[in-house]
Amino acid sequence: MRAPLAERVGNYLLLIVFGLFALGPIVTILVAALGPDDGGSGSSGFGNFGKAWEIGHFGSYLRTSVAVSVSVVVVSVLLSVLSGYAFGTMRFRGAGVLFYLFLVGIMMPTEAIIVPLYFDLRTLGLTDTFWAIALPQVAQSVAFGTFWMRAYFRSSSRSLVEAARLDGAGPWRTLWQVLVPPARPALVTLIVLVFMWTWNEFLIPLVMVTSESLRTAPLGLAFFSGQYTSGFTLLAAGAVIVGTPVVLVYAFLQRHFIAGMLEGAVRE
Amino acid sequence: MSSPPGEPRKVGYLYILPALLVYGAFLLYPLVRAVHLSLFEWNGITLGKFVGLSNYADVVADAGLRAAFGHALVLIVFYSVLPVVIGLALASVLQRAKVRGLGFFRTVVFLPQVIAMVVVAVSWRHIYAPDGPLNDVLRAVGLDSVARGWLGDYTFALPAVGVIGTWFETGLVTVLLLAGMARIPRERYEAARLDGAGAFAEFFAVVLPAVRGEIAVAVTLTVIAALRTFDLVYVTTSGGPGTSTSVPSYEVYHRAFELGQVGSAAAIGVCLTVLIFVITLGVNRLADRSTA
Repeated sequence: MRAPLAERVGNYLLLIVFGLFALGPIVTILVAALGPDDGGSGSSGFGNFGKAWEIGHFGSYLRTSVAVSVSVVVVSVLLSVLSGYAFGTMRFRGAGVLFYLFLVGIMMPTEAIIVPLYFDLRTLGLTDTFWAIALPQVAQSVAFGTFWMRAYFRSSSRSLVEAARLDGAGPWRTLWQVLVPPARPALVTLIVLVFMWTWNEFLIPLVMVTSESLRTAPLGLAFFSGQYTSGFTLLAAGAVIVGTPVVLVYAFLQRHFIAGMLEGAVRE
Repeated sequence: MSSPPGEPRKVGYLYILPALLVYGAFLLYPLVRAVHLSLFEWNGITLGKFVGLSNYADVVADAGLRAAFGHALVLIVFYSVLPVVIGLALASVLQRAKVRGLGFFRTVVFLPQVIAMVVVAVSWRHIYAPDGPLNDVLRAVGLDSVARGWLGDYTFALPAVGVIGTWFETGLVTVLLLAGMARIPRERYEAARLDGAGAFAEFFAVVLPAVRGEIAVAVTLTVIAALRTFDLVYVTTSGGPGTSTSVPSYEVYHRAFELGQVGSAAAIGVCLTVLIFVITLGVNRLADRSTA
């Protein structure tokens, strides 16, 4: 059964219109970033990225962002695998209550904890350090990661675990040699989500960091956009530099992003 | 909660310990401290003064804060109501039509979700600028009188910020609803058609009840996003002009780190958290009850 021609044309028009609406602002910024510099530096095309990189100090910002993102991803995924494994496959007193404690962290907005975090870390002399940016984000990601890995380990094959146990494998070996290898898709989803959240985070570095060498990419861009007022071209180029890493990962692993953000949202 | 599977194992505590330590120190403890701080009047430097619940009373009594929560309500219309309405229409038409290229469409409309909000804000600030693309278009079609600096306008700044929210949430909601509609068994459509239902009747009788769960998720996600609009406001308007785009999450930052009203900021943060918990639980409860 085929729909009438007019209806089919209408449907494609709808697709195109909403596709353009979604892409419009992104294309706008790409076009501006590649045009002749309206700030008068004489650069154009890809030269704008070099110029913005130099004027906006994006090299330093990206270095900080990479360091923070990689640390937060590695530590929080590791901790989440361990805790998700315990919640998903073991029985111990208080497991239910403890798990609910972790669920609180998924819903909690950063705005609620940023104020005490800042003043308490200041007392400890830890503000304006790498730790002040990374550790609170590890805590947030561990909340989601525990929830995510628990769901995976609960659904993974019981017989696999039983067989490993009969072979005399302890819980540690069972986890790393039996359960983790087939968990790759779930782990990749967790890794890309945590990477995206950490890379894009703004409030925590904004509050915690004062020295320029610790500014993350989005924070650096916000400062650049406040200070650089001669034209839009180089600002657009800077924005493209900051946005591109996550978009590149999305281009290759988009199913993980969509699945993770939608299924992750369907928390009990 | 149903009892977890597996053998009883005390070693479970050891596996949870590292996660719990970081989580407790950097999330749970600060939350408790936020409640504590919210009971004081403190400028962040000198000794604080215990004031009981008066910071919370201010959330209701202080005109500026009431306005901020009011602005958040307006943003909810743009972040949540509009995307759900548009997403429902879009997804149900596309689902009926079985058009080609739907996979690519999904990828494209979801893209705004993964871009850093600061980048989004820089782009839209340019679009809304007095000599930006939006005004160029308006002038080109002869609507010179409508053209203005959108983000500097007392009336239009808040809706302008809201439209950015509509822009990045519509894709998320549409993709979510498309997934839900794809799970509806074909027989239900056929049964409705045998009963002589047209497109609209079919939508209300078949589609809408089937995607109730997805709508609940969409509403929860987008309302929380609306309540947590910080980056966008910080970069596009800084709450201005005047206080016409100040929102609660911006007030938390503004009061704690710019005005030295730490207790009040903590109280707003606690209120936001409670609001988000109530909304999340409430919406899911509603969805559960109506499917039962």
